[in-house]
Amino acid sequence: MNGSEVTNNNINKIKKSIKISPPLIAMLIAVALFLLSGLLPAGYSNLQGAIRQGLNILRLASFIAIIGAGQTLVIISGGEGIDLSAAPIVTLGALLTYMIINGQNTLIIPVLLMVIAIGAVIGLLNGLGITYLKISPFVMTLVMAGVVQGALILWTKGYYDGKVAPIMTQLIARDLVWGIPGMIFIWIVVGVIMTLLLERTRYGKQLFAIGVNRTAARLSGVKVNRMVIITYVLAGAMAAFSGFLLVGYTQNAGPNLGNQYLFPSIIAVAIGGTQMSGGKGSYIGTIAGAIVIQLISSLLTTMQLPQALQQIIYGSLLVVILIIYGREKGLRS
Amino acid sequence: MPDKNNKNLINSIRSFSKKYAIGVPFILLIVSTALFFFLQDAELKAETIQRLTNSNFRTWLPVLLLTMGQALVLIGGGLDLSNGSIVSVGNVILALHVTTADEPWHNLAIVALVIGFGIAAGFLNGVLTVFLGLQPVIVTFATSFIYAGLALLLLPSPGGAIPREYTNVYRNTQYLGIPISMIILIIFLLIWEFFRYRKYGRFLYAVGGNPRAAYTTGVPVTWMKVSTYILSGFLASLGAITYSLLTGSGFSGSGADMTLPSITGAIIGGISFSGGSGSILGAIFGGIVLGNIRRIISIIRIDSWAVTLVNALVILLSLAAPGFINLLRRKK
Repeated sequence: MNGSEVTNNNINKIKKSIKISPPLIAMLIAVALFLLSGLLPAGYSNLQGAIRQGLNILRLASFIAIIGAGQTLVIISGGEGIDLSAAPIVTLGALLTYMIINGQNTLIIPVLLMVIAIGAVIGLLNGLGITYLKISPFVMTLVMAGVVQGALILWTKGYYDGKVAPIMTQLIARDLVWGIPGMIFIWIVVGVIMTLLLERTRYGKQLFAIGVNRTAARLSGVKVNRMVIITYVLAGAMAAFSGFLLVGYTQNAGPNLGNQYLFPSIIAVAIGGTQMSGGKGSYIGTIAGAIVIQLISSLLTTMQLPQALQQIIYGSLLVVILIIYGREKGLRS
Repeated sequence: MPDKNNKNLINSIRSFSKKYAIGVPFILLIVSTALFFFLQDAELKAETIQRLTNSNFRTWLPVLLLTMGQALVLIGGGLDLSNGSIVSVGNVILALHVTTADEPWHNLAIVALVIGFGIAAGFLNGVLTVFLGLQPVIVTFATSFIYAGLALLLLPSPGGAIPREYTNVYRNTQYLGIPISMIILIIFLLIWEFFRYRKYGRFLYAVGGNPRAAYTTGVPVTWMKVSTYILSGFLASLGAITYSLLTGSGFSGSGADMTLPSITGAIIGGISFSGGSGSILGAIFGGIVLGNIRRIISIIRIDSWAVTLVNALVILLSLAAPGFINLLRRKK
């Protein structure tokens, strides 16, 4: 929660040379969990089964990771950045797609653009509130979540009727080539774009700069407010896009569709080694984190434990994983 | 002379508001309370006001206690997303194990158990966030899963009961026309004000404002932070007790909807999310404003589909108000 960091270069250098990168640890945890899941009675028994199970987990993880994409940007931007309005924006994107497209292929592109634009507008409001009204991101996006959810309720009045377009089903839910679902290809594209955005563009460089130290970034000519607003706009647009994809997979939309993805997506970002105080992180990490989170919940589901125990184990595992490497430096160091 | 008196009055209000940092929350409190009473259909007699105040405060007290705890954690620079789940566990334990009013000692032991659980859970949160240096947003969310799971494990479906003798005391007792829930709240506020300008209070604000500076000047930063989580857990367990007295039954999800209001209330009350500023009195005002908003919305009978939206918009406006005022001032 605190932004001030006095860096001791020598110690940092030594630590850096010892430390394995968080995304790598997350990947190792994921592989270990996956092998473990094979040992369970309800798990896979042969190589083919393993591949099928693996693909299934990847497909489920893809939604967490794509919703986590916007979250990654917002968290890297620092200033206690977080986007809690992602959940209802995902739901809104899904419901708009579901109810307006109503099975017509021709409407896909216009609805997709409209959904992304609406998400971007909500993100813009978040960004304006955070920068100009100086409301903390957690509270601003929390209240915005209430506003969007309220607008959804008022708009639908509890009546959800629609249909996903056939092409969307074909592209997102079904297997595209070699038995790999189309969603995974979309995920790869998103991953490449996100990594390029963070590593290769001016936006990415400035994003890390404002995440580390806003004053320093401002003094070296970064327009901090504009960067923060753009970041929340991107996060809103991505959340809405995730909703579009999600409804293509579930084929059905309800008033709370996005809620179950919000905290997994934030935790995925944290497990992937992105620092919650900002300035450090990668999308590869979020991908690894999303796979870990999905594996844990799949594992708990296959073990067929009661809901209560699942929750307790889920929470405890998260704490353990965070203890392994999610620690911030203490004041003494 | 009257002019001078006026100035004195204004100055004293100003210094009061400065001391407790409650300018905007205080105005919001007055406006929302006035609106609440103004919109009542019934004629406003002393009796009606008493009845309404009682029914409001006994409903709000659990959340207000949580808001107090949350405000302490926020001032210390942390965040507690698990306080609602602590309420759920407490509520479930009470509903399952409190027997009839004939066994006061047994029941007192159960109450002690609930408070003990709250303190232990708060201590765990504190250890994880402060000693292990984990991010409060994620870690207290993870522990909230553990506590909520525990509540569900203990009581899979709603049930259990608190004896009527106990619930009646909480629901209907009044001293000098002031409901007991309000008295409890005032007592806690007074206890806090006692500590606010002593060592504990000063240390807490120092820790939240600038932990590094506090650390170098010899403030036990880690223990101060852990203590805020313990206090939050403790107040959450009291929230559980009052909630159980209010509803008289047990439900494993009872506290789930209290966590976020406890944060929003504290922030509306002028607590800064990044720590080190704001006051507990302000946070309580913020919590009451939230309660008033909900009550007013239900009184004016707007379209039930619009309730969530209107509620959120009003909260957004009250949060944005200080920011707007600052923006206008800067323009000048």
